[in-house]
Amino acid sequence: MEAFESFWAVYSNLVLTLGTNSLLALSIYLTLSCGMLAMANAAFMGIGAYSAALLTMNAGVSFPLALAGGMAAPAVVALLIGGPTLRLSGVYLAMATLAFGEVVRIFIINTEAWTGGALGVNGIPPLTAWWHVALGLVLACLVLALLRRSKVGRAFEAIKLDETAAGLMGIDVNAYKMLAFVLGAMLAGLAGALNAHLTFFIGPNEYGFDRGVEILTMTILGGINGLMGPISGAVILTLLPELLRGLADFRNVFNGLILVLIVLFLPRGLWDPARLRGWLGRRS
Amino acid sequence: MLELQSVSRHFGGLKVLQDVSFAVPAGGIFGLIGPNGAGKTTVVNLITGLLPPTSGDILFNGASLVGRKPHRITAGGVARTFQNIRVFKEMTLLENVIVGMHARLDYGPAGLLLRLPGFRAAERAARDRARELLSWVRLDHKADDIADNLSYGEQRKLELARALATEPKLLLLDEPVAGMNSAEKTELMAEIRNIQSRGYTIFMIEHDMRFVMGLCEHIAVLNFGRIIAQGGPDQVRNDPQVIEAYLGRDDEAEVAA
Repeated sequence: MEAFESFWAVYSNLVLTLGTNSLLALSIYLTLSCGMLAMANAAFMGIGAYSAALLTMNAGVSFPLALAGGMAAPAVVALLIGGPTLRLSGVYLAMATLAFGEVVRIFIINTEAWTGGALGVNGIPPLTAWWHVALGLVLACLVLALLRRSKVGRAFEAIKLDETAAGLMGIDVNAYKMLAFVLGAMLAGLAGALNAHLTFFIGPNEYGFDRGVEILTMTILGGINGLMGPISGAVILTLLPELLRGLADFRNVFNGLILVLIVLFLPRGLWDPARLRGWLGRRS
Repeated sequence: MLELQSVSRHFGGLKVLQDVSFAVPAGGIFGLIGPNGAGKTTVVNLITGLLPPTSGDILFNGASLVGRKPHRITAGGVARTFQNIRVFKEMTLLENVIVGMHARLDYGPAGLLLRLPGFRAAERAARDRARELLSWVRLDHKADDIADNLSYGEQRKLELARALATEPKLLLLDEPVAGMNSAEKTELMAEIRNIQSRGYTIFMIEHDMRFVMGLCEHIAVLNFGRIIAQGGPDQVRNDPQVIEAYLGRDDEAEVAA
């Protein structure tokens, strides 16, 4: 028990980051599973983090309410920007959503009165307990698993495989893309809100391009063939810098290298039930 | 059932369709034929809402389809297959067909998230219906295979089952036998007759003359974006303009010889 307590004292932050990173990976998994390369998740995380932090610090609301606010704010923003951006496809959607992320960062820097500008927000009460993260992750997985095995999951998959054919099967393509985008924004916002109440400090540069690429890397590494893909990707990429402390400065180089290797050799990601079945089948 | 009223479609200065008018009566098999590049696929794309017409109107059971989104047109009872097969290759056959039932599965978010009895019943009914539709095209024994593993002819039949899953009144087939060998063609011909006899109206685009003549009661001929002949198979077969469009004029034949 004592050993656990000392472990927890040192590593609690890391363990909880595993949870929030898993939420982030799941958030971009949602849009990817619907065939969209949207890179706004870091920005949505930032919007969630700032909304929740300002709600607890300035408005003095209870933590659950702040978390709800941290999910609602990015959802509303996603609804607003989804209309014009989601009609873009492929690289163009990625570019538009990246640009949106930059707009959010600059907006935060220039609204000093609310957000503290470039100095960030200090002294956020550390309200996030381990079970908040665990509950959030379990609920997210539950909802996503239920969606996957329903007409919503089939619609996402159909849109990913062939958008035109999906529309002609009676699927409202724009509405389902918007659903994936907004749900992804809510998950990213939840991760941001939980993370903000874990780290005491948040600043605008935490939610920029680097973070966006990191989130994407986690999900591409894990694969989007199931919920276990993004989660395993998040766990691996969160633990790697800890395991390879000497390399920590080269973390981004490492992430890039991993991404290239995965795209080359395992284009469907680490978690690929079809491939696993193939391997098992060959052995027996 | 379906009526095109002087429909035109231009791509920039290119007039792909000019004043195309014809009516597809309910219950039969209607064929639109014409040489390559005549604008046949454009007609289907206009009917299903993938392209808007430049002018003219398209009526389905009296209501205009112009300006409606593709998914609304499908929900209204028009389904199609594609010339270049577009099955969902990474899904199983069963999933492919169930996707077609999307608009007919009307359980709400609560039913979905709480797995209420209505949700379970609807999903079970969809699976049963999908197996039945696959049996119509004799693919039920492969229901759990991945669609990508099917042969070309089987993928066409899967597309047919998937289109039927949307519960259409009118089924549009875009060159259903393109790339098939003659055994597969004969088989598909029987399949299409079967489907028609179950009460569906079929509109097909084709340039395999023998196939069309053998199946369709009504035929319209499209050449360079205009309807040049309409009528029964015999009438169309003997129409001088049709013979010219398909075989060329006498003087060209002489030059070729």
